[in-house]
Amino acid sequence: MTLPERTRIAVRVGVGVSEVSRRLAKGGGSVIGGRAILALDPKALARLSAGRKVALVSGTNGKTTTTSLLATALSGGGRVLTNLQGANLPMGLVSALADGPPGSPAALEVDEAWLPKVVAATRPAAVGLLNLTRDQLDRNNEVRTLASSWRSALAGNAAGTVVANADDPLVVWGAGRATNVLWVGIGQPWTEDSGGCPSCGSRIIFTPSSWSCGACDFARPRTDVELEGDTLRWPNATTLRLELALPGRANRANAAVALCVAKALGADPNVAARSFSSLGEVAGRYANVAVGGRKARLLLAKNPAGWMETFEVLASPPAPVVVAVNARLADGRDPSWLWDVPFERLRGHFVALAGERAWDLAVRFRYAEVDHTVISDPLDAMRHASGGGDFDVVANYTAFQEIRSKVRSVGVGNL
Amino acid sequence: MSVSVCLLFPDLLGTYGDSGNATILVQRLRWRGIAAELTVIHSGDVVPASCDLYVVGGGEDQPQALAADELGATSSSSPLARAVDSGAVVFAVCAGLQILGKEFAGPDGESRAGVGLLDCATSPGRRRAVGELAVEPALGLGLSRTLSGYENHAGVTTVGPGAEPLGLVVAGVGNSSDSGVDGARAGRVLGTYMHGPALARNPDLADLLLGWVVGPLEPLDDTDAEELRRRRLSAAGGVPASGVAGILPRTWRRILQRR
Repeated sequence: MTLPERTRIAVRVGVGVSEVSRRLAKGGGSVIGGRAILALDPKALARLSAGRKVALVSGTNGKTTTTSLLATALSGGGRVLTNLQGANLPMGLVSALADGPPGSPAALEVDEAWLPKVVAATRPAAVGLLNLTRDQLDRNNEVRTLASSWRSALAGNAAGTVVANADDPLVVWGAGRATNVLWVGIGQPWTEDSGGCPSCGSRIIFTPSSWSCGACDFARPRTDVELEGDTLRWPNATTLRLELALPGRANRANAAVALCVAKALGADPNVAARSFSSLGEVAGRYANVAVGGRKARLLLAKNPAGWMETFEVLASPPAPVVVAVNARLADGRDPSWLWDVPFERLRGHFVALAGERAWDLAVRFRYAEVDHTVISDPLDAMRHASGGGDFDVVANYTAFQEIRSKVRSVGVGNL
Repeated sequence: MSVSVCLLFPDLLGTYGDSGNATILVQRLRWRGIAAELTVIHSGDVVPASCDLYVVGGGEDQPQALAADELGATSSSSPLARAVDSGAVVFAVCAGLQILGKEFAGPDGESRAGVGLLDCATSPGRRRAVGELAVEPALGLGLSRTLSGYENHAGVTTVGPGAEPLGLVVAGVGNSSDSGVDGARAGRVLGTYMHGPALARNPDLADLLLGWVVGPLEPLDDTDAEELRRRRLSAAGGVPASGVAGILPRTWRRILQRR
């Protein structure tokens, strides 16, 4: 499939712009390059998607990891285009697509608010939907509005095979009008945002393994695949064990979605399941870095649902934990969500609080009765924590990026 | 005695961390050696009329309407109203403030009956108010410090003669940009647009509510909350943490507010 002249020129300019940006060390360059492409050809996303198999991944938590696992699973068949730097708006997407040869498949993570437009432009072969929970309270005001926008955008055959989390009522609502849905039972420990039925407004009743509306017939759909521990189980009794280097329940759920999306694109599930073990870190998440002669593991948690999964993978007390929180545009300006996280669970850890909103954390931790020290500079906080042994660092989005860049800039790499 | 704090419907009105207000109230009692228990009432549960202090948070339009129904907005007898009649304290934030009023805007934009504990009415606004909110408390409350919170709402609230505002807005929007005030209060029922949660940033407001239940309280070390409040007021547009804004003429406050 040949691209129109206009798109080809746009891509050439965009690649040049991002190259210049990279050389000037202004960042990854993908967003500004994509911006240039879209300025020259507003239809570039649709044109660059045409003639290739595109798979999209969206949801509040786990997008980057799932996309990374998906790209790994698909890579057995050659090059896979992907936006691994978390650039999940149209600028980042066109940049990822412009980066490779026509015809090669693409695994793209998409911001949950942009999913409808991206589905319309890319006409994907498959979409993986993970979860929808509170995040960026100041911007995505109503998480159920997002679910409704998904529902219209995915209706009929707009998105190919929709792999959707059957345990999240808002995801089920979002996927509910798609013709071809593969329901995966991957769990959803955080249910505080889906208490009201998106269909009738009544109360959703949750049991340990299912849920249903107390008033109407909206309920957990019959699943096509179930995740039990690290094993995927199909109704015909076929099972498949996921081999993951990444820790925690949430990553097993992410891998289950990645595997089902890869399968929908024609990948061999057995090969895909084995390929996951090669992925030890994702864009710095779960990476080990050296600070003060100690090993620090970098973890990302940017909302209560993410934190619920993070507690499970932290080292046992009294292992030090650095918590770093910012509230910039990309984080959401309102860090009130810190009060929805049961930080009481960090009692007994040696805790240092950092980031631009370290004092919001300090007040939260005082009421949680968790001993802590406030050291606003994240790297100083990490040096302090290293006095207590190997430690975990849990940061939200921009705090995480800042830590990653600082850790590199002082010259401590992966252990 | 043991003070019973009731958190109402965190599953419906818990989007903006306001359940933290309940945590804060209970801890501030316990730290002073006063027994306190937290009762969490989810939607569908029976709302007790016997608690000392009720906390209602903010949330989305559809769950808000459901919460109003469950609080008996459309029936003649609301357990919350009975509790207030026997002296209970209610602290409501954002959507919580709106449903405690006489009417509020439903998910369809149509006006709905509220619980009626506060003489105020909320209608849909044209623009969503999102950002830091700083409020100079009304003199009658006996609070000396500027209050700090984060607002995020589309509703425009008008306070009637049967209630008074919580205070004057010195940064942000509050009830509406025209009124220049935030919140509503009638007796021991107090509502505000301040998330944050409000009591984390404003421990003296927490103690005001607690004082209504248990009487005078000994002070606690709130150095960290004071540091947080100072930083948020500064981010709100240089509002002096000491409350100097309160002595400025109203027109000046308007100018401050626009910055």
